Amino acid sequence: MKTYDIVIVGGGPAGLAAAVAAKEAGNDSILILERDHELGGILNQCIHNGFGLHTFKEELTGPEYAYRFIKQVLDLGIEYKLNTMVMDIAADKTVTAMNREDGMFQIPAKAVILAMGCRERPRGALNIPGYRPAGIFSAGTAQRLVNIEGYMPGREVVILGSGDIGLIMARRMTLEGAKVKVVAELMPYSGGLKRNIVQCLDDYGIPLKLSHTVVDIEGKEHVTAVTIAEVGPDRKPIPGTEERYTCDTLLLSCGLIPENELSRSAGVKMSPVTSGPIVNESLETNIPGVFACGNVLHVHDLVDYVSEEAKRAGHNAVKYINSGCKEGASGPSIEIVATEGARYTVPSTIDLNRMDDLLTVRFRVGDVYKNSFVSVYFDDERVFHNQKRIMAPGEMEQIILRKSQLEEHKDLKKITVKIEKE
Amino acid sequence: MEKRELTCIGCPMGCQLTVTMENGEVTEVTGNTCQKGDIYARKEVVNPTRIVTSTIRITGGDKERVSVKTASDIPKDKIFEVMKDIDAAVVAAPAHIGDILVQNVAGTGVDVIATRNVEIA
Repeated sequence: MKTYDIVIVGGGPAGLAAAVAAKEAGNDSILILERDHELGGILNQCIHNGFGLHTFKEELTGPEYAYRFIKQVLDLGIEYKLNTMVMDIAADKTVTAMNREDGMFQIPAKAVILAMGCRERPRGALNIPGYRPAGIFSAGTAQRLVNIEGYMPGREVVILGSGDIGLIMARRMTLEGAKVKVVAELMPYSGGLKRNIVQCLDDYGIPLKLSHTVVDIEGKEHVTAVTIAEVGPDRKPIPGTEERYTCDTLLLSCGLIPENELSRSAGVKMSPVTSGPIVNESLETNIPGVFACGNVLHVHDLVDYVSEEAKRAGHNAVKYINSGCKEGASGPSIEIVATEGARYTVPSTIDLNRMDDLLTVRFRVGDVYKNSFVSVYFDDERVFHNQKRIMAPGEMEQIILRKSQLEEHKDLKKITVKIEKE
Repeated sequence: MEKRELTCIGCPMGCQLTVTMENGEVTEVTGNTCQKGDIYARKEVVNPTRIVTSTIRITGGDKERVSVKTASDIPKDKIFEVMKDIDAAVVAAPAHIGDILVQNVAGTGVDVIATRNVEIA
């Protein structure tokens, strides 16, 4: 088997952008391993528009956005294998994979980029009572059925969860002639982007019921009705608030979870908050030479940010190889702590010597905050204090750190990101 | 004086806009952080438009459906007429990104174009 410097696990938006960046940074020994029969990942089924406003300054559909990167991969002659399943990543960066043509094979890579994306939270993880009939789909499965296979999962639809895919599918099913009766959201706010609530629900008069959940599913063979009820602050159903909807389909859009089985077995340290690897300024995990980007690192709402992040991972993988795969920190390590409203940050540590002049730190808030401040402390000194009209868990936030600013602050140990009322 | 609250969709910021109208004319837009919000608000209250995306059946290709979009915005109240034409269309492979698959959809003057490459199987 041919060997490669960089093996990229996953040929979706993260893997593609990482590959292009690595190639552009001067490495010619890159292999993308993709489980599906084509490159592009989940974007292929995201036929709606709204992608690429940041990257390309125009509004593209998912397949168009993916193709911009696929074309670069093809034009640059980057190698990839389709229908290929990665079975294992060892701590020494040996990647074991298999497909029909090559059988099982191993590649001793110098660097590995994790770009496996995420999965939808399944019904089994949601504790919904009621029967288990046909007609219950995750929103993404329904999206694949409608947009790729050309099948309609049903005609009368109830959606649980207001994640972006659920919102997009509410519109998609409506356009294809289905009646979407209601979208129920357990939380008092939507987990989806504002623009999707406007364009996918409001436009079609689909009600969004916040603080509601499914309390019963009826139907032996196939779904016949779904009952939802309001929940209290403890998120438990309030008796007497039940509403029954006859329907043949229940779509679930209740969150995405980074797909990290491979990372875990490799010994990559995970964040309990993001369910993704803990990474440093180079997007490198605790295993030197193993990088992570995209939804496997933390779930994004904008693919533009995935591409940007993946580019950094690809670039840093080449830097790592060019340095002779030097391991360990080269300078003082600074910890980034998320607290008081900020749930996590990516990255979570900074090696000052390896830091670029500007570093984007992304994070999410844990609640809806209005007219609050994003504050950044260097040790105990507040260095950044910026008011935002609104922050919501569904929309990723970011701050940009300047290397010179960190250097000026002598013996900086800890950067704290928090949300403050004033 | 009439006030309308809108959520800007110009970008993922989702600014909360307040549009003040007098006799059907927009007199003020507030809450936007960029020019896009102003333009969107003025248009949305007078002449709302949308890009419609869907799929069209394709025969003889390496895929069952080819994803499509309207090449530009169409009036919001024409969405379902546009969908009717899109659902009725069948095209033959190949189709490439940007190819016109339905001309002048639902009399809007806007074409429906492919957003994906489908090659002959």
